[in-house]
Amino acid sequence: MGSLQLKSIRKAFGNHEVLKGIDLEVKDGEFVIFVGPSGCGKSTLLRVIAGLEDATSGSVQIDGQEVINTPPAKRGIAMVFQSYALYPHLTVKDNMGLGLKQMGAPKAEVDAKVAKASGMLSLEPYLARRPAELSGGQRQRVAIGRAIVREPKLFLFDEPLSNLDAALRVNTRLEIARLHRSLKATMIYVTHDQVEAMTLADKIVVLNAGQIEQIGSPMELYNKPANTFVAGFIGSPQMNFIEAGRLGDGQAKTVGIRPEHITLSREKGDWKGKVIHVEHLGADTILYLETEVTGLLTVRLFGEHQYDVDDIVYATPDTAAMHRFGADDRVLR
Amino acid sequence: MSKARISPLRSGFVHLALAGYTVVALFPVVLTIMNSLKDKNAIFRTPLALPTAETFSLIGYTTVLKQGDFISYFQNSLIVTVVSIFFALLFGAMAAFALSEYRFRGNTLMGLYLAIGIMIPIRLGTVAILQGMVAAGLVNTLTALILVYTAQGLPLAIFILSEFMRTVSDDLKNAGRIDGLSEYAIFFRLVLPLVRPAMATVAVFTMIPIWNDLWFPLILAPGEATKTVTLGSQVFIGQFVTNWNAVLAALSLAIFPVLILYVIFSRQLIRGITAGAVK
Repeated sequence: MGSLQLKSIRKAFGNHEVLKGIDLEVKDGEFVIFVGPSGCGKSTLLRVIAGLEDATSGSVQIDGQEVINTPPAKRGIAMVFQSYALYPHLTVKDNMGLGLKQMGAPKAEVDAKVAKASGMLSLEPYLARRPAELSGGQRQRVAIGRAIVREPKLFLFDEPLSNLDAALRVNTRLEIARLHRSLKATMIYVTHDQVEAMTLADKIVVLNAGQIEQIGSPMELYNKPANTFVAGFIGSPQMNFIEAGRLGDGQAKTVGIRPEHITLSREKGDWKGKVIHVEHLGADTILYLETEVTGLLTVRLFGEHQYDVDDIVYATPDTAAMHRFGADDRVLR
Repeated sequence: MSKARISPLRSGFVHLALAGYTVVALFPVVLTIMNSLKDKNAIFRTPLALPTAETFSLIGYTTVLKQGDFISYFQNSLIVTVVSIFFALLFGAMAAFALSEYRFRGNTLMGLYLAIGIMIPIRLGTVAILQGMVAAGLVNTLTALILVYTAQGLPLAIFILSEFMRTVSDDLKNAGRIDGLSEYAIFFRLVLPLVRPAMATVAVFTMIPIWNDLWFPLILAPGEATKTVTLGSQVFIGQFVTNWNAVLAALSLAIFPVLILYVIFSRQLIRGITAGAVK
């Protein structure tokens, strides 16, 4: 239970096409993340799956059943929103139980399921409170609890961590990962944060301008980006893109090398350059170089290194980790 | 330290302006109540003086209450006002919800059309309204007044409420849809409680013109059984002789019900504002 199939989903608002034919298959129990820059259509796609937006054309199947004409409440889904979207006038317990109550479940069953979900999320002390009396992190746990209580076929998360502060974000991320393991449920998660995508996903779907750029596991996307967009989007700091002509490569248009795949030396190397800025992060040192061959180059060194602005250094790329892209921005293999 | 924030001169002016406005706003009310407690000679001789032991008289109030039907005038006014507010708020909120929540062809046009009523006074249509009421057999009924006042209240209600409803989070409504709430349940149980302060504002703005209106009661429901307070008070105003004691007493009495309604709504208003601030 809990598979999803999308076939050529299109969505237009007036003349503006937001989704340009999305095909996707999600297997039971998978954790799939839609990631992309803002305005790429990832939230709209999630809303189409949920039934909150009608697709202009295409088909949505949950567990092999066409649901394009089924109202959200009957699709067997639960959704967690960025703004929590808790009912302000209901207690935590009623917030979590409302969906089941609407389905006509007996009170004892609702109580049991709410108790179980609140146990999983350690929400028991707050059951009688109203959302206004909770902190942001607690509210988001209640929203997740409300989704769990429904025992859905599909969990949908719409940027659930974006309103939380950094420390809470890490904790809640762990909690979601733990939930996915213990519930073994299918989860679809939307984010613009590639760290969330890389840490949580079994499968990442990179979207750009209403189209899927690449689907793959986090490491596939990192190691084998299909095009310059994915290469630039996954990984931080961003991959360096160098005009292939400058390196004497006539076949490719662009060559990409990640900042962590470059070594530095003061004595010798391939590309001579001058340090223009240094960022010391403790675990990493990030240098920005202006080299004669490549222009601006970002280099990431592990650990602490002492370099100063205006130092002359030599950068050497790990040629095995170079990515070559053709004139259509797709990778050359 | 900002000089503007502590300047006593500046805050003095602010208080002066506020005090001035308070005096201007309260003056007619105080004058009415004061003079309603004096005898006829005192009203004309010293209209601005407080009632003294000599000039104090309740003759106005006894006249009004002896007139007998005044209780029923009050009742009529209250029924018309409360029912009209109820319908204006209910239908106004529903229309505002539809305009702010659903995308449909002609949405903007419909919004403009419904807002036109703010700019064009309903009284321009009096003749047509009267003809319509005659044809419908509704002349001299409270229903006629309620219908007209509901129509009169709708444009402002829709205009203000649709702006407020746009601020209610879409996620909240969508969460309701996923939990299986019907559109009506989303409207009544999620959206209405959140726009309560706006509803109170609209109620106050709608209520006062209805309560004070003389025009439509005079035209549509001048019969004895359907007279409102404002119309009822007119019996004391004659072409040659006016019973000022009674007029002033009737007006003083007419202030209180509307004052009570105002207090009820304005407390809602304040509660709504603070609830939003704490969240």
